[in-house]
Amino acid sequence: MIRRPNETWQTSADDVTPKPLFMNRRRIIASAGALGLAGLAGCGDGQSTASAQAPVGNHSPDPQRSLNYSTSDYRVSDPLTSYDAVTGYNNFYEFGLGKGDPARHAHRMTTEPWSIEVEGLTERPGRYALEDLVDFDALEERIYRLRCVEAWSMVVPWIGIPLSSIIEQLQPSSEARYVTFETYLNRSEMRGVRYPVIDWPYREGLRMDEATNPLAFMAVGLYGEILPNQNGAPIRLVVPWKYGYKSIKSVVKIGFVAEQPETSWNLTAPNEYGFYSNVNPERDHPRWSQRTERVIDGGVFARRDTEMFNGYADQVADLYAGMDLIENH
Amino acid sequence: MSRPRSPLAQFERHGLKPLAFWLLALPGIWMATQWYWLLNGSPHDLGFNPIETTHRFLGDTALYVLMISLAVTPLRDLTRWRAVMKIRRRIGLAAFWYSLLHVIAYLGLDLYIAAGMSISGMFAGLWEDVVERTYITLGMLAFLALIPLALTSFNFMIARLGARLWRRLHLSVYPLSILAILHYGFLAKGNQASPWIHGGVLALLLGYRVFVQLRGLQGRQQRTT
Repeated sequence: MIRRPNETWQTSADDVTPKPLFMNRRRIIASAGALGLAGLAGCGDGQSTASAQAPVGNHSPDPQRSLNYSTSDYRVSDPLTSYDAVTGYNNFYEFGLGKGDPARHAHRMTTEPWSIEVEGLTERPGRYALEDLVDFDALEERIYRLRCVEAWSMVVPWIGIPLSSIIEQLQPSSEARYVTFETYLNRSEMRGVRYPVIDWPYREGLRMDEATNPLAFMAVGLYGEILPNQNGAPIRLVVPWKYGYKSIKSVVKIGFVAEQPETSWNLTAPNEYGFYSNVNPERDHPRWSQRTERVIDGGVFARRDTEMFNGYADQVADLYAGMDLIENH
Repeated sequence: MSRPRSPLAQFERHGLKPLAFWLLALPGIWMATQWYWLLNGSPHDLGFNPIETTHRFLGDTALYVLMISLAVTPLRDLTRWRAVMKIRRRIGLAAFWYSLLHVIAYLGLDLYIAAGMSISGMFAGLWEDVVERTYITLGMLAFLALIPLALTSFNFMIARLGARLWRRLHLSVYPLSILAILHYGFLAKGNQASPWIHGGVLALLLGYRVFVQLRGLQGRQQRTT
């Protein structure tokens, strides 16, 4: 749990979602569950849908897209980045290089039905429907800080499940030391892949102990709704202590391997983007400083000091005990 | 009695320079308006990261205007429209003003704020950037090289320096435009097309000069033999 001293410009967690409201949401979800009504958004009756429509921050979820979820203790106290900024300022190069391109063009991506190919060192390889891999009755909300390698940051209320719950289900063998992920690739739906900005498809990876850390999260929604396409629908990784590009979007493949896998940005520019990519104010990007970051939507001149592991050192620093984090950036 | 001039001649005499001025000022006016709205809390077009948008916009404008200034002479040669030379200095100066704004924005909106509103911290940050980051080094060199060109753009400076020296000094626009393109290209993430396209346009503009020089050389050789 990350707590920083509250400053006057910060709203407290209670301002983000008033406590009675989220307690109420929990209660309604629980009661809906008891009645056997909790399920996918739009499938429940009026009562459970109503509970899912409780506003998050200043955003009222679209009833057609709202999710049922419980809140969790994983919530930073920094003010939420607005829904418009979270869904309008994105890096998703498959849809173009501009920050507004994903919001403009990602609607072309087909996200239903969605399946995920599971391969490598596992007891249960094969193709899984999204619903078979994600328990939509167990969704929780986590308010994480997101630090982009480009020295800007956001605070996002994600909805999803711990990555560890998926890994448990897939039973990797004992030789599996890394988890790999791959993003959907479709040339007719993704205008940005016409040019080889990177070697498509986009690939990422985590060490097994990173992937099973309680902070590692698979999101299927944000701001009370299913993920908008530009944010990596229908399922994406969220690893808040690493630079944003590690949190791979629109995952279609999960693999288990013994050796450290190749990852997209590391392949493109190894001196700039390491495998670990932990947020580290001491290790500058060769082209810019990582000591501070612009707070998106936090006011024109809003900047904050970047924290080691993006402020999640208490939860993850042990993973890297004894490692030189400048060398292993 | 002088006979009435043609409309084109009238325009060249009275309209061309003001038109060029306002066209060149347009991006700056747009930017100023957007910032006024932004600070006012009104809707604006600077997006969710207004400072980044500002850096990109001013840098792009400076680069485009610089390229346009390099296109003036080829345009005259190819179209025989000699009056266009009247606005060449104006365009070159606009490139300087936009790069100056670009540098001021970088100092004031980035380094000054990142240093916690400290002027000395701002300059420490500038020094660190210039020493450690190639694209800043290149951009800063390009900007510094523009300063003497802007300072010697007045008629009396041309007279003072003499046309020969002035011309030689202003040849530095070619290497500095290469620096500016490299500054732009080194900032791109991944393998992007746009730096190559920008570089290709510059190569054409500079290649044209080389072509003209070689042809002139050839012509002289033919005449001497």
